[in-house]
Amino acid sequence: MVLVNLILILLAGGVIAWLAERQHPLLPRWIALITILFDLGYFLTYMSDLSWSQIAIVPNPTDATTWLLHYKAEWIPRFGISFELAMDGLSLLMVILTLVLGAVAVSSSWTDIKQRTGFFEANLLWTLAGVLGVFLALDLFLFFLFWEVMLVPMYLMIAIWGHEGRGYASMKFFIFTQVSGLMMLLAILVLVMLNHSNTGVYSFSYFELLDHKVGGDIAFYLMLGFFVAFLVKLPGFPVHTWLPDAHTQAPTAGSVILAGILLKTGAYGLIRFVVPLFPNEALAFSPIAMGLGVAGIIYGAVLALGQDDFKRLVAYSSVSHMGFVLLGVFAWNALALQGAVMQMIAHGFSTAALFMIAGSLQERMHTRDMSKMGGLWQNMPRMGAVAMFFALASLGLPGLGNFVAEFMVLVGLFAVAPWIAAVAALGLIVAAIYSLMMMQRAFQGKPDEGRRLPDYGLREMLTMTVMIVGLIWLGLYPQPVLDTAQPVLDSLMQMVGSVAEPTKVAGLMP
Amino acid sequence: MLKLLPLIPLFPLVSSVLLMVTTGKMPKRLVAILGAGSVGLSAITTLLVGLAFMETGQPHHQVLWTWMHVGAFSPDIAFYLDGLTLVMMSVITGVGFLIHLFSTEFMEEDVSYSRYFAYLNMFVFAMLILVMADNLLLLYLGWEGVGVCSYLLVGFWYQNPDNGLAARKAFVVTRVGDTAMALGLFLLFTELGTLDIQPMAAAANSQWQVGDTLPVLACLLLLGGAVGKSAQLPLHTWLPDAMAGPTPVSALIHAATMVTAGVYLIARTHELFLLAPPAMLAVALVGLITSLMAASTALVQHDIKRILAYSTISQIGYMFLALGVGAWTAGIFHLVTHAFFKALLFLAAGAVIHCLHHEHNIFKMGGLRTRLPVVFWSFLIGSAALAALPLTSGFFSKDMILLQAYELPGAGPWLWAGGLLGALLTAIYSFRLVFVVFFGKTQMEPDKQPGSRMAVPLLLLCILSLVGGFFALPLVPLESVFPSASEHHPSHLIEGISMAIPLIGLAIAYFIYLSGQLNVDNLVNSAPGQMLKKFWFSGWAMDWVYDRLWVRPYKGLATMLRGEWVDVIYNSIVKVCQQLFVGLSHTQTGRLRWYATSMVFGVIVVIALLLGVV
Repeated sequence: MVLVNLILILLAGGVIAWLAERQHPLLPRWIALITILFDLGYFLTYMSDLSWSQIAIVPNPTDATTWLLHYKAEWIPRFGISFELAMDGLSLLMVILTLVLGAVAVSSSWTDIKQRTGFFEANLLWTLAGVLGVFLALDLFLFFLFWEVMLVPMYLMIAIWGHEGRGYASMKFFIFTQVSGLMMLLAILVLVMLNHSNTGVYSFSYFELLDHKVGGDIAFYLMLGFFVAFLVKLPGFPVHTWLPDAHTQAPTAGSVILAGILLKTGAYGLIRFVVPLFPNEALAFSPIAMGLGVAGIIYGAVLALGQDDFKRLVAYSSVSHMGFVLLGVFAWNALALQGAVMQMIAHGFSTAALFMIAGSLQERMHTRDMSKMGGLWQNMPRMGAVAMFFALASLGLPGLGNFVAEFMVLVGLFAVAPWIAAVAALGLIVAAIYSLMMMQRAFQGKPDEGRRLPDYGLREMLTMTVMIVGLIWLGLYPQPVLDTAQPVLDSLMQMVGSVAEPTKVAGLMP
Repeated sequence: MLKLLPLIPLFPLVSSVLLMVTTGKMPKRLVAILGAGSVGLSAITTLLVGLAFMETGQPHHQVLWTWMHVGAFSPDIAFYLDGLTLVMMSVITGVGFLIHLFSTEFMEEDVSYSRYFAYLNMFVFAMLILVMADNLLLLYLGWEGVGVCSYLLVGFWYQNPDNGLAARKAFVVTRVGDTAMALGLFLLFTELGTLDIQPMAAAANSQWQVGDTLPVLACLLLLGGAVGKSAQLPLHTWLPDAMAGPTPVSALIHAATMVTAGVYLIARTHELFLLAPPAMLAVALVGLITSLMAASTALVQHDIKRILAYSTISQIGYMFLALGVGAWTAGIFHLVTHAFFKALLFLAAGAVIHCLHHEHNIFKMGGLRTRLPVVFWSFLIGSAALAALPLTSGFFSKDMILLQAYELPGAGPWLWAGGLLGALLTAIYSFRLVFVVFFGKTQMEPDKQPGSRMAVPLLLLCILSLVGGFFALPLVPLESVFPSASEHHPSHLIEGISMAIPLIGLAIAYFIYLSGQLNVDNLVNSAPGQMLKKFWFSGWAMDWVYDRLWVRPYKGLATMLRGEWVDVIYNSIVKVCQQLFVGLSHTQTGRLRWYATSMVFGVIVVIALLLGVV
């Protein structure tokens, strides 16, 4: 029931925030913040009862009772659809990430939303509810439902509160996600039908479907259906083009949620569904997936350098960073998978912070164009220092979370595909180029003496401190996170391990 | 006492964090005490730990916590102390403290006094982590950490975009090397199953034979990292530009410590290199060619700091030469003496610039011998050690390197001869600097004199540069770290030549730049002379080549692609849909006759299909 409550609290908070606007336009943001923090507190109190030994139990993927939490209620029994939520270590991490970044997102748009504040915060909370649903749903029908639920309020956030080009951007975002979502729906339906013809029962349950895997050529296309949906969300090259537009036009909170959390649903889907449901097909597909990952890393980094728009630059850096997730998932070993999970979390923090900085600049200077900036460190030393920290995190400075993630992905990948790892490692160089260029163009150089800009205040510094501490902690003592994810990834590796020993895809070594 | 080890990096770290969070609100006096004092505390602790270590001489291993642990991949946050570590730590905290002390006066008028010490302390912290790390991943953390501090300090005066460019260049060029090194780590972990340096060396020795491909590959990748950080060919181009930072930074980071990290890395992993003779030869050749390239370039520069920068590149080339021929102890010995005399030279140059209205061009200086006596003597002693005049510290270490290079079977005498040529050039350019700046006509009057906080570090470094050669080596417990060198000595003739070359260089410099008896103007002004001078002045045109080869194409690519060409695909789908819409909407005319006709036509087609006519 905890899992249901987690989602319900956010949904209800959204309704209250919407209604509260009539009392006072500044009330909704407090309600949103309190709702999220309450949700987080509720979750953590419940979780504190769990011991490490419980987390360390390797969950049996086909037996829901071995998971940390499980909830199932009948919904449409005729078609085998149930309201089934479950949580293992991976979803646990994602839930915490979602709620923490949710609170950050509310803080990041604390002052810049002036119109219809209630509806804005409501959409924000509903998006979070949808994301939590995606991370927890283990009935494929329910999963798809949540997949759509998180899409619509996000679309509204961009379309209503976005910047100058919001119409185009929100439509592009919607169509990309929708079309790919339909492919996934088709794949889900065919999967269920095939399962029906094999076993004689209709079931959308993840556990049931895992038990009876489909094979043959059709399975490859089903895998592709899922893969495309998740690749679009990730976003991977070449279906990433909605992201720069959506990010650039979204309000700050929208960008923070989009980059910090929404993208991770794509990565989560790959780990949760694509690999376990179609291990053979995913393995056969892994060279192409890795190729797309490397292409994304390099392509995103090159395009990031070419941008004048601060937010677009950060958006392309996301494309680059998420390429590492794709590599990590398809490198097919535990180390790289751990790296992918770490990257999901670390990238969530670092990019959310960079978008928040972009939002603060937009709010103060009414532009995102870096050619109109320069020397901002002089005007706003605190913001400059914070930006420097996250730029360094983004370029993979050791001691911060992103480094741990990228290093583990590359070490793991090197064992199976050294050449791909070598090309991907170029990402470390090009990331340095665009990150430092961003610092140069916005914060260094000659300051405009006539400019008076307010530096970061208490609220902003507090929010940033959360993320700074988070990244340092992930960089220097990532073990709790690794330990939480380890059993899940172990069970995943057991499952796919029966399919194939880690093979050397393009071996350098004999 | 050994348990105090973690305190050594902790002091500067705490100080740096304090300076950062107070964001410049701390009074300058307190900043100075905290900034320099923390490094002083580290130096004292290093001394205590060093004494405790010397008692037993046993390597000390201390695990702080598990960093990350996934399967076999389990690097710790752990320190390893042996003779090599101790030498490096002494240099970092000792010379580092003197430079911090110097900085408290040198930077006094800067508005960002506290930011400066925050960065400088952070650098000391990262550098200490680099040398104390017991595994290559933690070493890599320090390695990148010093790179970032170098970036921040080179671009310290960020309002000038040129400084920003120099800082970015320093970071990106070294990152190229770092990435090679990262690949080396991947390879080592994949093949040997650990990144902990001592077990890794053992595993390498049991798994690999001398001359196998894998150790050669791994060592070459590590060498890639080393040439990046230590500004050796072909990744040296960032160091001369890095002189944009404050001069004490150049002394600490770009002369005494960080740039020697590559030497440390190779020395630390020497057991791997011993398995890879081709990689060793590559190290020696890179070192020799770099030292000649940089020495010839230093000969024609005007900027006092650039001369010293090229001189640093050249001297590190000697250290690489030493490592490459297996003269491990000699290489590290030269690292130490070089830290003394090059820090001295940079600080003295800083004092000249400080007292001379920020003038960098040596030909606008002159006659400073009487105006700035303390600086003059510092510079003279530093240059003597740099040129390896007999009995200075530089003489002992460089002599050791050259003689051991000579001993190498095969290429030895050639390496020795190349090294001698470099030594000749070194003596010429270092005394060219001394004679032009401190002798001759006075062209500029200094507006101030260095105060005590600048003079004392200079004085101490003078002493170290002079006599460091006598006590440094016997005190340094390196025998247990490296395999011992051969006892065989080259003939007295070879020794005599090695000793005489710097003196000849000094004489040449004297005749050209001071007495004027040797006039080289005709030679220089001839067409080939001019070309050569231009070529040397540009640092062998490496910047030009890289600009054409990498920088412009990459920028061009980014500009070309910035509009997102992938969208062309999606936009054309949209176009097709729009065309379909336009086409189909033509059928919706609103005329009843047209609808009726098409309905009838449709019915006929359907009936025909049903009857199977078509």
